[in-house]
Amino acid sequence: MKQFITFVRKEFLHIFRDSRTMLILLGMPMVQMLLFGFAITTEVRNTKVAVFDPSQSMETRAIKERFDASEYFTIAEEIRDVSRINDVFKYGEIGLVMVFSDDFESELHQGGDAAVQLITDGTEPNQASMITGYASNILAQSMQELSEGSGAPCRIIPEIRMLYNPQAESAYNFVPGVMGMILMLICAMMTSIAIVREKENGTTEILLVSPMKPIYIILSKVTPYFTLSMVNLVTILLLSVYVLGVPVAGSLSLLLLVSVIFIFLALSLGLLISNVVNTQVAAMLVSGMGLMMPVMLLSGLIFPVESMPLPLQCLSAIVPARWYVDAIRKIMIQGAEIQFVLKEIGILLFVTVALVALSLKTFKNRLN
Amino acid sequence: MSSVSVSRLSKSYNSIKALDNVSFDVSKGELFGIIGPDGAGKTTLFRLLTTLILPDCGSAVIEGLDVVNDYASVRRIIGYMPGRFSLYQDLTVEENLNFFATVFNTTVKENYHLIEDIYKHIEPFRTRRAGKLSGGMKQKLALSCALIHKPKVLFLDEPTTGVDPVSRKEFWEMLLKLKSQGITIIVSTPYMDEARLCDRIALMQNGKFLRIDSPDNITASYPYRLWAVTANNMHGLLNDLRACQYVKSSFSFGASCHVTIDESASAAMLDAYLSTRGYDDIGIKEIQPTVEDCFMLMLKEDAQ
Repeated sequence: MKQFITFVRKEFLHIFRDSRTMLILLGMPMVQMLLFGFAITTEVRNTKVAVFDPSQSMETRAIKERFDASEYFTIAEEIRDVSRINDVFKYGEIGLVMVFSDDFESELHQGGDAAVQLITDGTEPNQASMITGYASNILAQSMQELSEGSGAPCRIIPEIRMLYNPQAESAYNFVPGVMGMILMLICAMMTSIAIVREKENGTTEILLVSPMKPIYIILSKVTPYFTLSMVNLVTILLLSVYVLGVPVAGSLSLLLLVSVIFIFLALSLGLLISNVVNTQVAAMLVSGMGLMMPVMLLSGLIFPVESMPLPLQCLSAIVPARWYVDAIRKIMIQGAEIQFVLKEIGILLFVTVALVALSLKTFKNRLN
Repeated sequence: MSSVSVSRLSKSYNSIKALDNVSFDVSKGELFGIIGPDGAGKTTLFRLLTTLILPDCGSAVIEGLDVVNDYASVRRIIGYMPGRFSLYQDLTVEENLNFFATVFNTTVKENYHLIEDIYKHIEPFRTRRAGKLSGGMKQKLALSCALIHKPKVLFLDEPTTGVDPVSRKEFWEMLLKLKSQGITIIVSTPYMDEARLCDRIALMQNGKFLRIDSPDNITASYPYRLWAVTANNMHGLLNDLRACQYVKSSFSFGASCHVTIDESASAAMLDAYLSTRGYDDIGIKEIQPTVEDCFMLMLKEDAQ
């Protein structure tokens, strides 16, 4: 036990004495959170709107004017042909298309219900949901004004469609994504580098010749990174709740439980990497290219998994971070109970056990 | 009873035989030297004996424990100092020593008497990081760390390579002191002058032991008369000597050339030969062969 504590202390000394490691370990999570956070919360301003308005009535004109007068929108184009809607987006200038029904005016006055369709570009889901939010607000104001004018209650029902990404991923999407990425990076990459560094420096030779059991050597190398990951987890959560205003809707203990499982998973992955490579550069490349890229691209952090083509969706299923991000999204954003994330927890546990078994099997009691 | 017993040990890397059928015994408290050029297989032998790699065939027993089957027990009784400096460069002298003491289940206090002579040299720098020490001090620290758990057998792989002559001398004085405490020491070195200090030495080349004997026996068995030749123009002397018909061998040894000649020839004939070649201040005197002379001869015979 004394051996273990001394070893862990030595490991912490390595970390604290290397300012670059410290910067990566503690600085990067914060920078990433803030970068992603403030990149997301850009406001909607002067979004160009294209309008398809077959009725050209007084009411629709009033709505259009109200949009144009607001600081968020500018009416840029009147579309004459419905089939052009798709083309309008492809030029990339228009952020919103508003389609009024054929007889908007009569529907409004006779039935009291009139429909207007808001179409946005779902390839940028965060931006799109922001735009529809603002547009719905303006429509609601118009509705109130029109009701007062006619004396009879009337309703405009906005029907929102996001092209290309009908599920409308939440704007809070990135917090679970960044959590997955940071924990993966710190646990897997930093652990594998720290272990391989000893191989490179030749200290492994001495440690192997010592009476200390290799399993304890591994455990004591992993412990500091586990601790730091927990510190980071808490930092991220605090930042997301108090700086970015993303609440934890579900149970905090469930969130922590899933995160700890994921941290163990990432640690054993780092261990596995350190068993198969012999240089720090190789460890960096394997964990950088082999882990970071899939986590960033396939876990739903940048591109929603649902809008990927089927082969990529299948590929993303083997990226453990995807299941973690899914689970965290459900717990944190949707406030899901444990029974809704059982599948994710199960998958994460299974992968962890498999990785631990594999890395213990490939661990060498001797030099290669 | 022998402390280390090696029998027919072999190890290959791909097609290269790093260690080829090596057998030897080392008794308790013996200082055993392994002499050989780079690539002779010294480090491979050390790694096999310290349980770090597995042999292709053959066996090695350390204090009655097999290095393959009882590797865990072997690791408890040996000390190992690899050829490359293998301590933590970002930890201080003191932190390194304390760390290795704890890892080996002991304390610095408990075995301080063992390392005192060595450690007192570096104690003034105990708060300095190991990476900032000079070469000689690094080796002293590494030796302290390898000794701190009072091993029965100490393996030192080229401990003095890259160390200045004064530190080298100090280092060997320490080894002799440790030997007197009953620790078996197996040490490799490329320096022939250090070989004289060992009880027995093994001359190693291409993964094989050419000969194992005490330094005195090795030098005594040198079969020829040996001459040290000097002249005003050392440059070219070696080639001219080698070109001479009755010179059997000639090697450059710093300030002089060590030469053996045919039995029919004499020193006077060599003197005359060199004079005709235009050399002045010719000095030829008979000398006692050193370990290095023997080694050179053996390498030459081995090559033939």
